[in-house]
Amino acid sequence: MASKTFDAGVQDYQLTYWTPDYTPLDTDLLACFKVVPQEGVPREEAAAAVAAESSTGTWTTVWTDLLTDMEFYKGRAYRIEDVPGDKNAFYAFIAYPLDLFEEGSVVNVLTSLVGNVFGFKAVRSLRLEDLRFPMAFIKTCGGPPSGIQVERDKLNKYGRPMLGCTIKPKLGLSAKNYGRAVYECLRGGLDLTKDDENINSQPFQRWRDRFEFVAEAVDKATAETGERKGHYLNVTAGTVEEMMKRAEFAKELGQPIIMHDFLTAGFTANTTLANWCRENGMLLHIHRAMHAVIDRNPLHGIHFRVLAKCLRLSGGDHLHTGTVVGKLEGDRASTLGFVDQLRESFVPEDRSRGVFFDQDWGSMPGVMAVASGGIHVWHMPALVNIFGDDSVLQFGGGTQGHPGGNAAGAAANRVALEACVKARNEGRDLEREGGDILREAARTSKELAVALETWKEIKFEFDTVDKLDVQ
Amino acid sequence: MSIQTDDYRTKYTLETFSFLPEFTADEIYDQIVYIINQGWTPALEHEAPEAASSHYWGMWKLPMFGTRDPNAVLAEIDQCRAAYPNHMIRLIGYDNYTQCQGHNFVVYRPRGM
Repeated sequence: MASKTFDAGVQDYQLTYWTPDYTPLDTDLLACFKVVPQEGVPREEAAAAVAAESSTGTWTTVWTDLLTDMEFYKGRAYRIEDVPGDKNAFYAFIAYPLDLFEEGSVVNVLTSLVGNVFGFKAVRSLRLEDLRFPMAFIKTCGGPPSGIQVERDKLNKYGRPMLGCTIKPKLGLSAKNYGRAVYECLRGGLDLTKDDENINSQPFQRWRDRFEFVAEAVDKATAETGERKGHYLNVTAGTVEEMMKRAEFAKELGQPIIMHDFLTAGFTANTTLANWCRENGMLLHIHRAMHAVIDRNPLHGIHFRVLAKCLRLSGGDHLHTGTVVGKLEGDRASTLGFVDQLRESFVPEDRSRGVFFDQDWGSMPGVMAVASGGIHVWHMPALVNIFGDDSVLQFGGGTQGHPGGNAAGAAANRVALEACVKARNEGRDLEREGGDILREAARTSKELAVALETWKEIKFEFDTVDKLDVQ
Repeated sequence: MSIQTDDYRTKYTLETFSFLPEFTADEIYDQIVYIINQGWTPALEHEAPEAASSHYWGMWKLPMFGTRDPNAVLAEIDQCRAAYPNHMIRLIGYDNYTQCQGHNFVVYRPRGM
């Protein structure tokens, strides 16, 4: 029955890997790459090359190809589309059979799909725009340790976004002074405070000291306010063993939430930590240092929506998404596109949001979207409107920069948040009436009045950054 | 403004809407309308202030499944208050799709709370 013969040498990729008649299976993992081929390389050949190099192929034919069923295992480039507004680039759609990937390992998926192929000579640049994970793969991943619903129930936070803040200055405080800053924020009305991502265990502040002082601050604020409070204790460390030691200690202190940097530490460490959190009832906040290195270039790298999807599978209860409105601007439609991927159980294809595939998440818990960076009280109406209730709004400078200090700054933000939620529920238009809503609320809150004075009223211009490929 | 020198007193707040002035009946009515329009089920819970930090408060009757009448919910708040004048009362909107509470805030605090 075996009729193939071994024919040594280099073959055109498209003979094997360009299959325009192929209809993807529900169990296939689908990818959309934005490809800029080298001059003179036809689109079909470049797409096929990407499919080959990210699946079973290598540059030459080998005799052992004939010992397996390459037709079963190969990736298939099945569609090519123009990129609106860019003549050099095109979208290549590739289907990978499920058996190419180890169960429960986003590490394996990424190693295959964004491995060697990104340095491949036949393409000038390459960007992974989106992935469609099949349900059969999703069901093998642990996902968020708790998810949005369980977190709300544990922390008793309903009907509104949560309020957070990163403790500043981000480096240099002693552990005891740092705990003071945490206590002031929490007693003033924040729900959560956060270690800066740079805070690990430096000479000026060793992790164990920080954890102990912060735990006392959290517990005291909880007792005094009648509200459940938390601080993201950053357990990111140089080794997984050290990371786990810190996580165990946070649990020993009775703290509700820890934090991890998933890209610098890596997906293996992240998945291990997420599994531990699930088994130990700890919430997991995820920071995304290094993401812009990977996702900012529109022609080369990985779009953040792919990294966000991978994080939801690997595990995390919160993920930073950008603010749309603050110092780190992001395209509004594109941000909403990947915020959906974090929180919803089904996200339909929507090119206007950069979503290339229907994505069914099944029963996988959702991840809270975290908006953090350069935002202040005047941004509150827009943030509540954009991110909705299942989010954490983090005002670092916008809390601690208040003339009355952290507690007054926290109270100002809390009043502003609640005024916006109340107005929204009453049917008012937050983005149009935001200024009035804040000024009305400031009549009964001098902390908010001072905050409104301190930071100038801002205008929201959403059209300034448009990174989606649209005409 | 000279807020730098002001003392900020920690408040006993109990979550959503605790930082706003006490709601009037009209304002509570609007939130009930919001709950009903979201397709959620209004419900009431009450508890003695000293036990308010636990997850579970006493339930006032059953959740008001299927109600479309905000005034009926307001009337239940009044009844609950008459029955437990020294308890705090919170209004909940049960969301059966997310299996979570879509809304939850304290609508009544005994004097001095």
